[in-house]
Amino acid sequence: MCLAIPGKVLEVEEVGGLRAGKVQFGGIVRAVRLDFVPEARRGDYVMVHVGFAISQVDEQEAARTYELLRQMGALENELPAAETDALHREQAE
Amino acid sequence: MKYIDEYRDGAIARALASDITSLATRHWVLMEICGGQTHTIMRYGLDELLPASIELVHGPGCPVCVTPIETIDKAIALAMLPDVTLVSYGDMLRVPGSHSDLFRAKARGADVRIAYAPTEALKIARAHPERKVVFLAIGFETTAPANAMTVWQARREGLTNFSMLASHVLVPPAMRALLSSPDNRIQGFIAPGHVCTVVGYREYEELAREFFIPIVVGGFEPVDLLEAILMLVRQLEEGTAIVQNQYARSVSYQGNLPAQQILREVFEVADQKWRGIGEIPQSGMRFRREYAAYDANHLFALDLIAADEPAECISAMILQGRRKPTECAAFGTRCTPENPLGAPMVSSEGACAAYYTYRRHAVATAQETR
Ligand code: SF4
Repeated sequence: MCLAIPGKVLEVEEVGGLRAGKVQFGGIVRAVRLDFVPEARRGDYVMVHVGFAISQVDEQEAARTYELLRQMGALENELPAAETDALHREQAE
Repeated sequence: MKYIDEYRDGAIARALASDITSLATRHWVLMEICGGQTHTIMRYGLDELLPASIELVHGPGCPVCVTPIETIDKAIALAMLPDVTLVSYGDMLRVPGSHSDLFRAKARGADVRIAYAPTEALKIARAHPERKVVFLAIGFETTAPANAMTVWQARREGLTNFSMLASHVLVPPAMRALLSSPDNRIQGFIAPGHVCTVVGYREYEELAREFFIPIVVGGFEPVDLLEAILMLVRQLEEGTAIVQNQYARSVSYQGNLPAQQILREVFEVADQKWRGIGEIPQSGMRFRREYAAYDANHLFALDLIAADEPAECISAMILQGRRKPTECAAFGTRCTPENPLGAPMVSSEGACAAYYTYRRHAVATAQETR
């Protein structure tokens, strides 16, 4: 019930003081209310819960957290070689 | 999918778990409030990845589980009225009331419809002016703004055949109640990331100070939760008790101001009963007087007497993190998602359902070999 799913804003429209749009989740596109994310534009990522976007995903923060996580674990030392390789391959792609 | 795959990376998860292991010098009891987080923990086996010194207990953050049995009874009674269409989230249909559930009411001819968003109920009301459409609006701070917005819109449109049977609950008062209990064991909290997305985490700072307990706002992916646990363990080992925000890609200190504004416009804070736990002061929201015309509790006077929960069901203990679902004698036998005795077995966020979905085979094997 408290799950919110990230999706990409494809379209924004404002009608009579309400804000709505189309949001893409993986392969599906849904109509979503954007009243609570007045700043979200086409191409932005939003978290959607029961048909309403409740936040705009901070892309920098998302990337930064991930990078931090990737570095802090000293991955190379702690992982079996094969998996470390897989990770490097992914990065190279 | 961007922002999902990264946070499910197994290698990072194992690295985080090993950091936690090397940091933890003693036994720590941590609670994740949110049932969505409980499901992530069970689904990815995060509890098994962690050292034995870190004990995760599961909190009351399952709106379906804590909706009072009276509200379920009322929803069933309303649904049975010939001119009422009751709209509900699918999860609510199998939640046992005192004598029945919405699913059975529907089978007996009640007009019960499933929706994924409150605005769908509004659509039904517009299309069927001859029906009284009631939306069973349950939820935490995450969901309440969507419900509030829907009511606000109904009022603006002048819809007279739409109302809500609302049961909203707030997280911080429940945390306060848990921490104030004399037998509290919780030493650190993972605060619910989507609740905080809406309301921010100022109130959590008050809790952290008052009870000297570390709180980390956490996300819902495996890596989010492990990082939140690592942050908690670090604080506990260092002897600090502050609020940290692991889920900054969605949560800001202030939270979502437009959502808070509509929430305040439609609802006001009030005492609230939690199923299995009892009444918690100032832990819910009721309609403001200006919106009374949309309050199904106000519109339909029903006097119902709620029965007690089945004696076997220990959901009160489960919801307060005092027992694990597998400690319930009915778990997986007399209580299953198809035939639930208690609400935590129904919801996609209930702890019993999480254990049933991801652990029952392990549990069965352990019992056989005993
Ligand atoms: S397993 Fe069923 S009966 Fe036992 S506590 Fe959970 S919901 Fe109640």
